[in-house]
Amino acid sequence: MVKVILDNVSKFFGKVKAVIDLNLRIGDGEFVALLGPSGCGKTTTLLMVAGIYKPTKGKILFDDKDVTKLPPRDRNVGMVFQSYALYPHMSVYDNIAFPLRLKKVPRNEIDRKVKQVAKLLRIEELLHRKPSQLSGGQQQRVALGRALVKEPDVLLLDEPLSNLDAKLRVVMRAELKRLQKELKITTIYVTHDQVEAMSMADRIAVMNAGKLQQYAPPTELYNKPANLFVAGFIGAPPMNFIEGLIKEINGEYYFDSEYFKLKLVNEIGEIIASKTSETIMGFRPENAKIILEEKPNTIQGKVYVVEPLGKDIIVNIKIGDMIVKILTRPGAELTPGQNIWLQLDMKKIHFFEKQTGKAII
Amino acid sequence: MRKKLKMPSIGGKTIILNVVKYLLAIIIAVIPLIPVWSMLLWLAVQSFSGRVILGIIPSEVTFKNWRFLWSPIKMGLKEYPNIWPVTLNTLFLALGVTGLVVFVSTLGGYALSRMEFKGRMELMQFIIALHAFPSIILLIALFVILNNLGLYGKGYMTLVGIILIKAGLEIPMATWIIKGFFDAIPWDLEWAALVDGCTRWKAWRTVILPLVLPGIGAISIFSFLSGWSEFLLVFTYVEDEAYYTLPVLIYHMIGEFKFIDWGMLAALGLFFTIPTIIFFSTSQKLLLRIYVGGIKR
Ligand SMILES: Nc1ncnc2c1ncn2[C@@H]1O[C@H](COP(=O)(O)OP(=O)(O)O)[C@@H](O)[C@H]1O
Ligand SMILES: [Mg+2]
Repeated sequence: MVKVILDNVSKFFGKVKAVIDLNLRIGDGEFVALLGPSGCGKTTTLLMVAGIYKPTKGKILFDDKDVTKLPPRDRNVGMVFQSYALYPHMSVYDNIAFPLRLKKVPRNEIDRKVKQVAKLLRIEELLHRKPSQLSGGQQQRVALGRALVKEPDVLLLDEPLSNLDAKLRVVMRAELKRLQKELKITTIYVTHDQVEAMSMADRIAVMNAGKLQQYAPPTELYNKPANLFVAGFIGAPPMNFIEGLIKEINGEYYFDSEYFKLKLVNEIGEIIASKTSETIMGFRPENAKIILEEKPNTIQGKVYVVEPLGKDIIVNIKIGDMIVKILTRPGAELTPGQNIWLQLDMKKIHFFEKQTGKAII
Repeated sequence: MRKKLKMPSIGGKTIILNVVKYLLAIIIAVIPLIPVWSMLLWLAVQSFSGRVILGIIPSEVTFKNWRFLWSPIKMGLKEYPNIWPVTLNTLFLALGVTGLVVFVSTLGGYALSRMEFKGRMELMQFIIALHAFPSIILLIALFVILNNLGLYGKGYMTLVGIILIKAGLEIPMATWIIKGFFDAIPWDLEWAALVDGCTRWKAWRTVILPLVLPGIGAISIFSFLSGWSEFLLVFTYVEDEAYYTLPVLIYHMIGEFKFIDWGMLAALGLFFTIPTIIFFSTSQKLLLRIYVGGIKR
């Protein structure tokens, strides 16, 4: 097992800048998720680590060894492609045995390892089949088996669950995580699904438009998003954003939006005011309470629509002409058009610079 | 629904209707084959009949028409070369062309499909343009080249020269065809092979090549047929009868007899088609070996 370091790595395809100045350190045995919307450069990054693409700039290190110029076969990585890329003309057994045959592993050793991996992934009874005779979930296991059988130093997974149905995805999520912890292989896991990343990874690298946005453990990403993009990308339903100015009146600080004024905790207000006055406030749907009578320092709004989710409900609330989403337990009857007040958890609100989108607090 | 289930027991009318429907379908499917098969059949009948009245109607059963298989063919004063060496020459030419075309165009098609290099687009357009020239307009220029290479009038080496020319003429189209097959293989597969430990060459051989076998089957059939039936180049460049190929031999036998021996001609024609049929039926298996790859959703 190794630690992987991406040192200022960029990849350009002609004019398209797929990855820009990416810095990542992935610890030995760590499970890191690359998270971002489609087209943000996740696959490109993975292919550079695998050695398929050469970085336009920058270096890639496995432990202390510079592998930037090494071809894929000299890197000892295992990879599961988004399409699984099973060899259609080979049986499942031959697919899994393929990397070992290339390494000239003795025949009985190959047989033992293939059977062992097949057992681990519970595909023993599929070994004689052709890939076209497998379901999506089975193909995914075979692809994983082929990546694992060579005991790679680094395991690369490119959206391995995206072709599975929702139910199987949840099962495989847990299974992959357990497997990774068991085998302790340094793993880079690409996904556009924040729930997947949050539930599986030790750390998450959020990317957008080829650039790294934030690299942190899931809870930190959730509680302290570094910028507007991360704040909006992590969490479902997403964070609510409201534009406004920070004003100081008689030594007290207020967040002044078009439709309401909110008194801030003094220390927070001071910090924000020292940086900028034009801000965007953000709060998560679960960090606000709906109350039915006016109280000081609340925001008035009207119920717009209620979406029941079973255990919880999402209440869409209209403030002026903005709509915010609030996640809450079903309680009092809420009817569209009804006047309500929002009480924000003032310790859990976020402020971002309007100009740069960077988090202030 | 109920009606459908009961259909067989309704009997009479529906059964007749079905029979008529299938019969019609079969007839329509078979009609285009009738001329082809009847001609082949006629050839076969002809080749075993002793006397042909008016060049059409066969009579008497005999093997005499096939005598070229075991004895030299004599017509008047002229004695033609034995059929077996000529067949071997033809096979040599056809297989040579096939081998060369398959070898060059699978490599070339892969490069055109997969590799980025300057002028790739232009090269592909140029390749198509090349195919626009019929070999007849190159005949004289090629003769000069062959002569300068010292391949003219050198027996088998002349045939080798013709293989080079013929393959050269076939390669552009074959490359183009096989490029399409390479294009259809997702990059992921090749990358997977590289990650699994292949060199690019090894990935090409063990993963890519098996997946383009149908394409290889297609181009080998085309190039075999074109080599087997090549007439013009052999007719022009080969002087020595010992290095004739079947089409040229057959031509001479029709052209130079005052009285055409229809029976033998039929036998020769049939003999000429046999290897193509064998080659086709073996390589046809490749054509059908198409794997459905990729994701199954
Ligand atoms: N081989 C390539 N040639 C040109 N552009 C590419 C190539 N591969 C990827 N790109 C571009 O780079 C960007 C990032 O692609 P990719 O890494 O596949 O995104 P993701 O996996 O995050 O969806 C996209 O804009 C894509 O169009
Ligand atoms: Mg991708």
